[in-house]
Amino acid sequence: MRRQKGPTSRPLTRLMIHATLALVSVLFLAPLVWMLATSMMPESQAASQSIRLLPDPPSAVFTHAKENYKSVWNDRTIRFPLYLRNTLIVAALGVAGMTLSSAVVAYGLSRVQWRGRGAVFFLVLATMMIPFPVLMVPLYLIFRELGWIGTLTPLWAPAWFGGAFNIFLLRQFFMTIPRELDEAARIDGCSHWTIFWRIILPLSKPALAVVALFHFIYVWNDFVGPLIYLTDQDQYTLALGLQLYQSQAGNTPWNLLMAASALMVSPLVLLFVLTQRTFVRGVSTEGLK
Amino acid sequence: MTSRGRAWRDELTGLAWAGPWLIGSAVFVLLPMGMSAYYALTDYPLLEPPMFVGLKNFRDLAGDPTFWRVVKNTALYAGVSIPVFTLVALVLAGLLNSRVRFGRVYQAAVFIPTLVPLIASAMVWFWLFNGEYGLVNKVLGPVLRPFGLSPPAWIADEAWVLPSMVLMTLWGVGQSVVIYVAAMQDVPRQLYEAAELDGMGPVRRFVHVTLPMISPAILFNVIALTISAVQVFAVPYVMFRRPQGTNPAGHYYTMYLYETGFVYGRMGYACAMAWIQLLVVLALTGVMMFASRRVVHYTRT
Repeated sequence: MRRQKGPTSRPLTRLMIHATLALVSVLFLAPLVWMLATSMMPESQAASQSIRLLPDPPSAVFTHAKENYKSVWNDRTIRFPLYLRNTLIVAALGVAGMTLSSAVVAYGLSRVQWRGRGAVFFLVLATMMIPFPVLMVPLYLIFRELGWIGTLTPLWAPAWFGGAFNIFLLRQFFMTIPRELDEAARIDGCSHWTIFWRIILPLSKPALAVVALFHFIYVWNDFVGPLIYLTDQDQYTLALGLQLYQSQAGNTPWNLLMAASALMVSPLVLLFVLTQRTFVRGVSTEGLK
Repeated sequence: MTSRGRAWRDELTGLAWAGPWLIGSAVFVLLPMGMSAYYALTDYPLLEPPMFVGLKNFRDLAGDPTFWRVVKNTALYAGVSIPVFTLVALVLAGLLNSRVRFGRVYQAAVFIPTLVPLIASAMVWFWLFNGEYGLVNKVLGPVLRPFGLSPPAWIADEAWVLPSMVLMTLWGVGQSVVIYVAAMQDVPRQLYEAAELDGMGPVRRFVHVTLPMISPAILFNVIALTISAVQVFAVPYVMFRRPQGTNPAGHYYTMYLYETGFVYGRMGYACAMAWIQLLVVLALTGVMMFASRRVVHYTRT
């Protein structure tokens, strides 16, 4: 076995690295722990001077948790289940469109030989740098012209035309698939569509998963889009709905705000735990752009 | 078929496959950019047709104190948060890369906060920074009291807006950490061994071997951070807007742009602001690419 080298070889250094990383981990997780703790307290105890992770008496934690989460779920004005439904509609339609269209375009930019390819790929990369605020006003006007303002459509329809970063990511992945595979298929008389559908896509599942996952997170996160395009509170997504809690300024019900935040955060954390490998791989490739 | 006809056919096939993006970017990117370039030169009060006014919007911006304030706030935020963020990300990545036990656990702990949607993150920090009952001051209060000091009101206090924003941004450092760790793992081991034979300690190895070797990843990360810092919106929009008016230190460029366009309905003025922002982003990216060329060249010699 190779001798361990590097900065970790001395025990004292090792100990200090552990201590630092452990402290950093605690600091990074503390806000989330505090969010959960607050979400399981009665309002009077959430807003108090003492630092406690469990309510007094601690045995009442489940009662309070149930009560808080239930009142978030059943609220008549801030309708969490409705916003969840809207978000899921946007996510489902958006993820399907984004994954499929980006894969189609990436195929055209990696497996079809044509002269305009380099130029189009350059354009794809160039659009990644354009700040959204430049598009904000005119997109609103275009969507208004299309009659999409006040509907969920502008939040998912553009995804059906592919996204620059996802096209880039899939193209890089497709390039690693050996050319001999599609050349053999072409000799057998397969069309591009068959090669795409039967060879490239099945071999690219990990990369497609990354694209789907990232777009889902994007939709879950998106605040500006819904803020501009949605007019009716019944169409709100979770990101906009969550903000309603806080804009009832004055006496924020901290325990309910934290319960609602926890409900919004937990699916993503769960998704991360279930797909950790896909996640880390995807994030690491982001550094290549 | 003639070779010419064949070439045309290939061209059409390629265009067809790239079609969705070509159409999409024409309708949702290029057309809007052209529109906003034109509107930037007009007076456009949402419900009336745009009226050409030349460079008037830009002249008005030059004399608009709110414009200069949001420029200053945004520049300060980008100028402070990006270096701090990058430094913390590199140090954490370096520590995680030192092959300690539980490395994956630590990495997950740092990464998980990046999953929190911006808006939820704003809510959580809104609570943590609460002057009276927030966790941050509950912890800081007893620590500072013996020195006769009391903790700040954070987001409510103009002077503490920038530190609050930097702290909140740092909470999302995990994504960059993961990128840097991945880049560091690609650095050939022999380089470290050679450096060790030369008598370099761990810190010097990090500075003279690791950093130059991952400099491309750092460059791209810093560019991406810059582009997003210049656009910062959701978190300050939620945290610093109050019924009695926005905290002036927490008023950022995109917030003002949004208000101009969608609250006051001054579409032309908003488009002028947007184009200035675009040109600044392009200029910053260009400068960083250009400046980094020499750094990369330098490390290879």
